[in-house]
Amino acid sequence: MPFIPHTEADIKAMLEAVGVDSIETLFDEIPAELRCGELTNVPPRMNEFEVTRLMLERAEQDGYYINFIGAGAYEHHIPAAVWEITTRGEFYSAYTPYQAEASQGTLQVLYEFQTMMASLTGMDVANASLYDGASALAEAVLMAVRTHRKARRVLIPTTVHPVYRQVTHSIVTNQDIELLSVPFSKQGGHTVLDALKSHEGGDLAALVIPQPNFFGVLEDVDELTNWAHRHNALVIAVVNPVALALLAPPGEWGDAGADIVVGEGQPLGAPLSSGGPYFGFMCCRQAHVRQMPGRIVGRTVDATGNPGFTLTLQAREQHIRRSKATSNICTNQGLLVTAATIHMALLGPEGLERVAAQCHANTLALLEKLTAMSGVERVFDRPVFHEAVLRLSSPANDVLRALEGQGILGGYNLTQYYPELGEAILVCATETRGHEDIDKYTFHMERIMSKRRLDPPCAVKANPKD
Amino acid sequence: MSQTPENLKYAKTHEWARLEDDGTITVGISDHAQELLGDLVFMELPEAGTSVSAGKECAVVESVKAASDVYAPVSGEITETNAALADSPEIVNSDPYGEGWLFRIKPSDAGELDLMLDAKAYEQAAAEEDH
Amino acid sequence: MLIFEISKKDRCNPSQAPLEKAAVEKIPDRFRRKQRPLLPQVSELQALRHYTRLSQQNFSIDTHFYPLGSCTMKYNPRACNRLAMLPQLLGRHPYAPETTGQGFLACMYELQEMLKDITGMAAVSLTPLAGAQGEFTGVAMIRAYHDSRGDTGRSEILVPDAAHGTNPATATMCGYSVREIPTGREGDVDLEELKAAVGPKTAGLMLTNPSTLGVFERHITEIARVVHDAGGLLYYDGANLNAILGKVKPGDMGFDVIHMNLHKTFSTPHGGGGPGAGPVGANETLQPFLPVPVVTHEGGEYRWLTEISLPHSIGRLSAFMGNAGVLLRAYVYARLLGRDGMQRVAEFSTLNANYMAAQLAKAGFQLAYPDRRASHEFIITLKQLKDETGVIAMDVAKRLLDKGYHAPTTYFPLLVPECFLIEPTESEDKDVLDGFIDAMTEIAAEAKDSPEQVKGAPHTTPVRRLDDVRAARQLDLRWRPRD
Repeated sequence: MPFIPHTEADIKAMLEAVGVDSIETLFDEIPAELRCGELTNVPPRMNEFEVTRLMLERAEQDGYYINFIGAGAYEHHIPAAVWEITTRGEFYSAYTPYQAEASQGTLQVLYEFQTMMASLTGMDVANASLYDGASALAEAVLMAVRTHRKARRVLIPTTVHPVYRQVTHSIVTNQDIELLSVPFSKQGGHTVLDALKSHEGGDLAALVIPQPNFFGVLEDVDELTNWAHRHNALVIAVVNPVALALLAPPGEWGDAGADIVVGEGQPLGAPLSSGGPYFGFMCCRQAHVRQMPGRIVGRTVDATGNPGFTLTLQAREQHIRRSKATSNICTNQGLLVTAATIHMALLGPEGLERVAAQCHANTLALLEKLTAMSGVERVFDRPVFHEAVLRLSSPANDVLRALEGQGILGGYNLTQYYPELGEAILVCATETRGHEDIDKYTFHMERIMSKRRLDPPCAVKANPKD
Repeated sequence: MSQTPENLKYAKTHEWARLEDDGTITVGISDHAQELLGDLVFMELPEAGTSVSAGKECAVVESVKAASDVYAPVSGEITETNAALADSPEIVNSDPYGEGWLFRIKPSDAGELDLMLDAKAYEQAAAEEDH
Repeated sequence: MLIFEISKKDRCNPSQAPLEKAAVEKIPDRFRRKQRPLLPQVSELQALRHYTRLSQQNFSIDTHFYPLGSCTMKYNPRACNRLAMLPQLLGRHPYAPETTGQGFLACMYELQEMLKDITGMAAVSLTPLAGAQGEFTGVAMIRAYHDSRGDTGRSEILVPDAAHGTNPATATMCGYSVREIPTGREGDVDLEELKAAVGPKTAGLMLTNPSTLGVFERHITEIARVVHDAGGLLYYDGANLNAILGKVKPGDMGFDVIHMNLHKTFSTPHGGGGPGAGPVGANETLQPFLPVPVVTHEGGEYRWLTEISLPHSIGRLSAFMGNAGVLLRAYVYARLLGRDGMQRVAEFSTLNANYMAAQLAKAGFQLAYPDRRASHEFIITLKQLKDETGVIAMDVAKRLLDKGYHAPTTYFPLLVPECFLIEPTESEDKDVLDGFIDAMTEIAAEAKDSPEQVKGAPHTTPVRRLDDVRAARQLDLRWRPRD
């Protein structure tokens, strides 16, 4: 029997000890009329080699593509050692470190992680992670409202990832919190102070500031931070951790720095894997730590005075505070955080900076080549980190499909969430997209665009004046 | 055994209250309560100037294993909180009726104090709760 | 030793990063970082050795019996990990078109179908990222349902007093107030109290069955009727689904919406605290409110259904589709078990729990519910031991670590004093269970003969008992270099 070690003799001895004659008797407290028959939609079992063949076939079916999509999940090189160590059984099959003395490995990793994240973001403290970047933003909004106490309105610019905004809405909507959007500059693709003016005077709990923003564009974080603080609002920064190797940490934004920092941890050692598991990170000022959701590890001493690590500030959490907890969250993404900690340790400050710089350089190289052809243009004129918005003279969907046919994922189609940008796509070239990939993309893009110029699809042909 | 001084008034929810000469009422948690909670690690106290109403939660005391609401025993306005507790919450464990007081209220109706339990009635109530 | 204490200035691992630092002059100075972050500067070997050694300071399922009640710490088959980490699956971008993910989506669709069958629900969404998020989803759907009918006077969620802390915390996050329902003497919900509590304010009831007390709620049909008659809905907390897999379906018990913890029942790794996955199933009433995306299979193709085709959805809960890698592990596990294997999970986890309960009772330990069948877990109370020896449940838990066993869940549920919630799972052998029972018996004897030995435990772990009070009073949440 798969994963069940019992022999017939064991079963007999155990039933005798319990004083019943069959395993079935152990279910006699379940009302008979509720018992179900066979699970007809669960197929019969397979052997490991049969499942292996099935999964290999399915993986093969999905194949490999040269990926230029970012939009919140980024393809970085993950050192081989990262997942070799992370999937050691001692990390992989341990649980939340409730028994601290038997979980020092996990706890110390989390403490090291908290240290690295606090330093990367320039904040006082970090928690041991949340589910993902989008839900971390929702938790940050709730935390800001708790911390502020007086206001329940939060400004979220439309330069924040559209799905992050949706997720935040789904999660906070029942708590009487108002989320207000702020339009972006059509020229720069960033949030300008003028757009915030209409919100001056009202009670604001927080302003969300993405850096880089969803368009890859760098926001004027200093003036936005100062504006928020002048209007008694907290600042919630949403940042890319790899970008922080190059960009000013939120703790240093403006005169006083951001108050809460969240982001998607995936770029630090988590594979793309169709969208998860990733992890969200959250950092804040020391003064707000008791309003922070999620697990937090602290260093203390043991009975003999030796240093050790333990979960702390647990009275904030659901298992103690129940209906008054800061959140219902129990999980931290322990395994992903283990990978991220090892990932950061292997790269170090120099390695992470090189990765960030190379992403930036590759993206600029890609932009230069693509915009050199007719029918492809930059939409915004501001500096970017490793993503940018391009407008195409042909329907974005068609162009992306044609590229897919050549084994290239050419970018994220922006037409659903930002129809006002026209046929726009968001492209990204990380450090893993070198010259060969960029040349291949350029070659096929040129071919596709020129074919469309010479031989446009019917809808366009019908209007010869165009 | 926990102490329950005779000269104080008590609430079923384990607060004690004492009328001061200046008309304010000092509030803390009972020895019994601090024993139940264990080593205290943090207090969330109301700001001076906050108005509170009798029987409504207005502070939180936190130990490693529990967090417990503190209810205002009388209505009124907070005039002062015990600043020493921010750095040394353990004072509540060592001296709950003295240095470990939590906050002072300027009562809007000092008569509410008379509705509270005396030491004997509180001990009885606490003993019943344990069973 | 922390990784930072091994670090040396200017050490670098060039093989894992680009060989040179590219120019970044296009990023104006005002956006740039002035000081490098405090990341370790160690060699690959140093990092490898450091984290390998740290791993060895953990108890885990792979190294120890881990009978943590309510957590289902069963064997995590290695095939599940390996097959979820095939390069094509790992490399697929979440926004890659569906045409490039038919293999992956087929797995997701089939997992949805299997979970529908197992739970007796009309539809399943795989997207919630963890159990607590699944709970949130379920209660948010209940709220969306009432709101959609203009029935906005319902402000209360009923929760048994034995429930996980996540239940009341979730109700609060959904804007509800919580009303606790007491438990009767034998561990079932107190029906009379429930009847007195339901009414026009009742939005729903959150229930775990078998409950956190380790027993099956026998009056579930009656409970469902009482709540439904009052216009409320029933939410099933799937924390204990392992106990009834293939034996009884939550849908048949009368539940309207349920979440499952795949990291428990479907054996995906707990990973030191996560990631989990908390898919949600709904009956026909609540199906329209499921979170998106959901996989569908039409015309031979798999694709995602989004808010465009499911306009009543409560929306999205994560940036992408959910914890795909966890879902893939659960899928592989389900295929390895098959339909019969599912039932065996329930059978042998229940057998193991009842066997341990019987043997511990014979050894003199007090069961919290001696007249009930155990589900896949059960509770003992050590109150008598405490009264006799001064040794508390936490001391016994720590002493178990010395004997090579991870401790059961302690002090939960809150209803039972000095309790252990013990869940052996189906993947443990009788000899292991016997060893644990012997260890418990030894510790009880020690508590009488040399209580200090137990109170001072653990003695053999990498650190001795940690000072939690100091940790909370003198917060030290990050390392800082000495000047």
